[in-house]
Amino acid sequence: MIFSEADTIFYALTIPLFGAVAIALAGRWPNVRETVTLTTAVCLAVVVWSLVPTLQAGGRPELQLGEMLPGLRIAFKVEPLGMLFAALASGLWIVNSVYSIGYMRGNNEQNQTRFYICFAIALAAAVGVAFSANLLTLFIFYEVLTISTYPLVAHKGDQATVRSARVYMGILLGTSIGLFLPAMIWTYSIAGTLDFTPGGILEGKIAEPLVGVLLLMFVFGIGKAAVMPIHRWLPAAMVAPTPVSALLHAVAVVKAGVFTITKVFVYIFGIDFLFNQPSHRLIIWLACFTIVVSSFIALRQTNLKRLLAYSTIGQLSYVVLAASVLKPLSEVGASMHMMAHAFGKITLFFAAGAIYVASKKTEITDMRGIGRRMPWTMTAFAIGALSMIGVPPTGGFISKWYILGGAIQDDNYLALATLVASTLLNAAYFLPFIFAAFLYEEDVKPVKQHGEAPWPMVAALTFTALLTFAFFLFHQPIADLEAQILVK
Amino acid sequence: MTLYDQLPALVVVVLLFTAPITYMLRLHGFPWASATAAAVTSFGVACSLAATTIGGETIIYEMGGWPAPYGIVLHIDALSALMAMLITGASSAALIFGAKSLADEVGEETAPAFFAAWLLCTAGLVGMVITGDAFNIFVFMEISSLSTYVLISAGPDRRALISTYRYIVMGTVGATFYLIGVGFLYMVTGTLNTADLAARVGQVEDIRLVLVAAGFVSVGLAIKAAIFPLHSWMPNAYTFAPNAVTVFIAAASTKVSLYVLMRIDYAIFQNSITNHELQLTFFLVPLGVLALFAGSLLAIYEKNLKRLLAYSSVAQIGYIALGISMASVAGLTGAIVHMFNHGLIKGGMFMAVACLALRYRTVNVANLAGAGKAMPWTMAAFVIGGLGLVGVPLTPGFISKWYLVLAALDEGWLGALLVAIILMSSLLAVIYVWKVIEVACFGEPRANAVPVTEEAPLVMLIPTWIVVLTGIWIALDTSVTVGLASLAAKTLLGVAL
Repeated sequence: MIFSEADTIFYALTIPLFGAVAIALAGRWPNVRETVTLTTAVCLAVVVWSLVPTLQAGGRPELQLGEMLPGLRIAFKVEPLGMLFAALASGLWIVNSVYSIGYMRGNNEQNQTRFYICFAIALAAAVGVAFSANLLTLFIFYEVLTISTYPLVAHKGDQATVRSARVYMGILLGTSIGLFLPAMIWTYSIAGTLDFTPGGILEGKIAEPLVGVLLLMFVFGIGKAAVMPIHRWLPAAMVAPTPVSALLHAVAVVKAGVFTITKVFVYIFGIDFLFNQPSHRLIIWLACFTIVVSSFIALRQTNLKRLLAYSTIGQLSYVVLAASVLKPLSEVGASMHMMAHAFGKITLFFAAGAIYVASKKTEITDMRGIGRRMPWTMTAFAIGALSMIGVPPTGGFISKWYILGGAIQDDNYLALATLVASTLLNAAYFLPFIFAAFLYEEDVKPVKQHGEAPWPMVAALTFTALLTFAFFLFHQPIADLEAQILVK
Repeated sequence: MTLYDQLPALVVVVLLFTAPITYMLRLHGFPWASATAAAVTSFGVACSLAATTIGGETIIYEMGGWPAPYGIVLHIDALSALMAMLITGASSAALIFGAKSLADEVGEETAPAFFAAWLLCTAGLVGMVITGDAFNIFVFMEISSLSTYVLISAGPDRRALISTYRYIVMGTVGATFYLIGVGFLYMVTGTLNTADLAARVGQVEDIRLVLVAAGFVSVGLAIKAAIFPLHSWMPNAYTFAPNAVTVFIAAASTKVSLYVLMRIDYAIFQNSITNHELQLTFFLVPLGVLALFAGSLLAIYEKNLKRLLAYSSVAQIGYIALGISMASVAGLTGAIVHMFNHGLIKGGMFMAVACLALRYRTVNVANLAGAGKAMPWTMAAFVIGGLGLVGVPLTPGFISKWYLVLAALDEGWLGALLVAIILMSSLLAVIYVWKVIEVACFGEPRANAVPVTEEAPLVMLIPTWIVVLTGIWIALDTSVTVGLASLAAKTLLGVAL
C-alpha cells in the first residue's frame, strides 16, 4: 500500500471536507459541482474500503490527533463495527449522490450548493463517528452530524419546515447535551478513561442501581437511535427532501445512533458485565415496546414518508434489542441489521422520492395503481418492503436470523415474541399498499401524465434493491468480520 | 539587572506610560496606532510571563526594590499570567479589530483622550491581576473603572451617557464596599500585602470584623463582576458602548473582579476562617444558579442582539461562580478556564456583532434577516461563537463545561442536581443562540429593509476569525489554558503541585 493505514484514516476524514470546499467553489457551475460530489464520494468509498482487508486480517489501524483534555485524545481506531458503518455510509453516499442529482434537478430545488456541502460535511462526521477510538471523539462527530444535517432538514425554508427542523435539532441536541454528555463525563470520572476497549471499561467500577441510571442516560441520550419516547424527531424530519431522508434513515444519522449504542454496550459496558446486571432487561423492554408501538402507529399512517419513518423507528429498535440481548449471535445480528436495514430502507425512500418527483403524490391513498405507471420503482419498493418484513431471499432475513439466534441462546421469549409480532405487523402495513399499487386501477388522476422518474433515480433505486439480494447471498464475510468484535 | 527581570512591571508600565503620550498625539490615526502598539507589546510580555509560570514558578517582583511587606510587590503566578494574557490579548484584538469601527464611532477630536483612556483601562485591569497588595487592587480597580466610564460614554447613542451614569453609581458602590472590607482587614491585621494577610487573618482573635470584611469584599466584587442580581449595570453598558469597547470589556472586565474574588476568598480567607466554604455554598451557589436561569431567560426574550449577548454573559458568569463555589481542583479549573474561554467566545461574538452593525446599522435581531447570505463569513463566526456558548464539542465552551460537570459529579447528590442545572442552562443557550441564527441564516429579509449585499471589510473580518480560530485551537489543544488553570486551581487551594 502506498499510504500507511493511519494516513488512510486521515484521508477518509478529510476527503469529504475537501469535497465540501470544492463544492462551494464550484457552486456556480452545477455540472462541475455534481462531478465534484460524485468524485468525492467515489474517492471516499475507495479509501474507506481499502481498510477492509486489514480488518479481516485482524488489524486495528489507529490514528492519534491532538490531546483535547489531559488523557483524552482525539483518536481514531478502526474496528469491525466501525468499519461496517463507514463502508456502508461511504458506499451508499455514491448511490445517494446519483439519486440526489436526479431528485434535486427534477424538483428544481433551491440552494442546491448548500445542500451538497452539508451532505459532504455530514458524511465526514459519519466517518468520524465510525472510526472514533474513544467516546469523546465519537461525541464530537455525533454533534457535528446533528448540526450539519439541520440545514438539510430545513432545506425548504418555509415556516412549517423550520418548525419541524427545530424539533429535529432540539431533540437531538437536547438529549445529547442533557443526557449523553453527562453520562460520558460520569463514565470518565469513574473509569478514568473513555477508550473503546474490548470487554468494556466499567466492570467493577459501578454497581446497580447506578448501572441502570447510566444505561438509561446512554440509551436516551443517544437520541439518534430513536428509542421511544425519544423518537419524535424522526417523523418531524420527514419535511426534508427525500435524499436527505435517505441520508437520515439509511446512510448516516440513525445508523450513527444505533451504532453508538452497540458500541457503548460492547466496548464501554462490556457485554459480559452488562449481562449480569438486571437493568439491561429494562433496555430490552424499551426496545420491544418501541418495536410494537411504532409498528401500530405505522399501520395508521396515510403519508408514505411518515409510514417509512415509523417503520425506521421500529427497525432501529431491532438493533437496540439485538444489542441488549447481549449474546454473541445477537451482537453480530445488531451489526448485520444495520446493514440490511440500510439497503432496504434506502430503496424504500428512493422509491417514495421517485413517486413524488414523477407524480407529486405523497399520500398512500392516492397511489393505487401507481405500479403500472412506475413498474421499476414499485418493484424496487416491494423488494425493500420484503426486506423490512424479513422474507428470504432479501437481506432482512439474514439479520433477523442472527437476532433470533441470539434470542434463543438467551432463551429470551419476550424478544422472540416481539420479533414474530413485528414481522406480522410489518407485513400488515406494507403488503396492502403494494398490492393496491400493482393490482388496483388508478383512481386519483395525476396532475400530469407521467412514467418513471428521471433515470438517475431509477438507476439508484434499482441498484439498492439489488443490494438487498446481494446481502442475502454474500453476507458471510461480513458476519465473520463482525464476529471479531467479541474477541477480547 | 537585565530588562528581562523587569518584565513583570513592564506588562503594566508600558500601558501606563503610553497613555499620556497617546493623549498628546493629535495627528489622525496616531492615537490608535500608539495604543495598539502598547497593547500588543504588553500582550507579548504577558505571554512570556505565562511561559515562565506554566512550569509552576511564581514571580515576586518588588517595586522599587522595597521588600514586602513595606513596599508593594507584584505577585504573578499561573492565574495572574493567564488573566494578564486574556486582558492584554482582548485589548489588542479589540483595538486592531476596532481600527475602522472606532474611527466610525469616536470623533476625531475625542480620539486621543479615548485611546488614552483605553490604555489606562487595560493598565488598571492588568494591574489588578498582577499586584500582590489588596489596597493596590483598589487603586487599579479605580483606574480601570474611571477609564471604562469614559470608554462607554463614547458610544454614538446618547443613551450611552445614562448607561454610564448607572454604571458609575453601581461601580462606585462596588469599589467602596471593597475598600471598606480591605480597611477592616487592615485594622485587624495591620497589613495590606495579600500573602501577609493570608498569614495573619488566621491569628485574629475577634473573627467578627474579619467576617464583616469578607462580606463587604464579596458583595463589592460581586457588583463589579455582575453576578446576578447585581448585574443591572451591565446590559446597557454593553449595549450602548462603542462596538469595539464592548468587545474588550465583555471579554475582560468582569472576569478581573471574579479573579479578585477568587484570590481573596481562597488565598486569604479559605485557610484562615473555619467553615469559610459555607459562605461559598450558601452565597455563591444560589446566585450562580439564579444567574444561569435568569440570564438565559432574559436573553431568550431579548430583541437587541448586543443586550442578548450581555444577558448571556450574566448566565455565563453564573457558570464561573458555580465553579468557584465548588472549592475543588476540578471546579476551580473549570471556573478559571471558563473565564478565559468565555472571554474569547464573547469577544469573538461581539466582533461579529460589530461587523453586522457596521453594515446593517442596527443590532435588532429581527432586522438581521438574510445576514447569513449577505455576510456569510461574519455569520459563520457568530455561529461558531454561539455553539461555544452552548458548549458544543470542538468549541472552547465544551472544555469549560467538561470540568464544571466533572467537578459537580464529585459533590454527591447535590452535585447531580447541579449537573442537571448546568446542562439545562446549556439547552437554554441553544434557544437564544438558535433564535438569532434562524433569523439571520434562514429568514427572509423584510420587504422594506435596505438590502445589504456587502460582507464586512477584511480589516474587521480577519481579527474576528483569528479570535474564532484561536478558540477552536484552544478547544483542541488545551495544554496551555487547562495547564495554567489547573496549576492555578491547585495553588489557590494549596494542594501540592
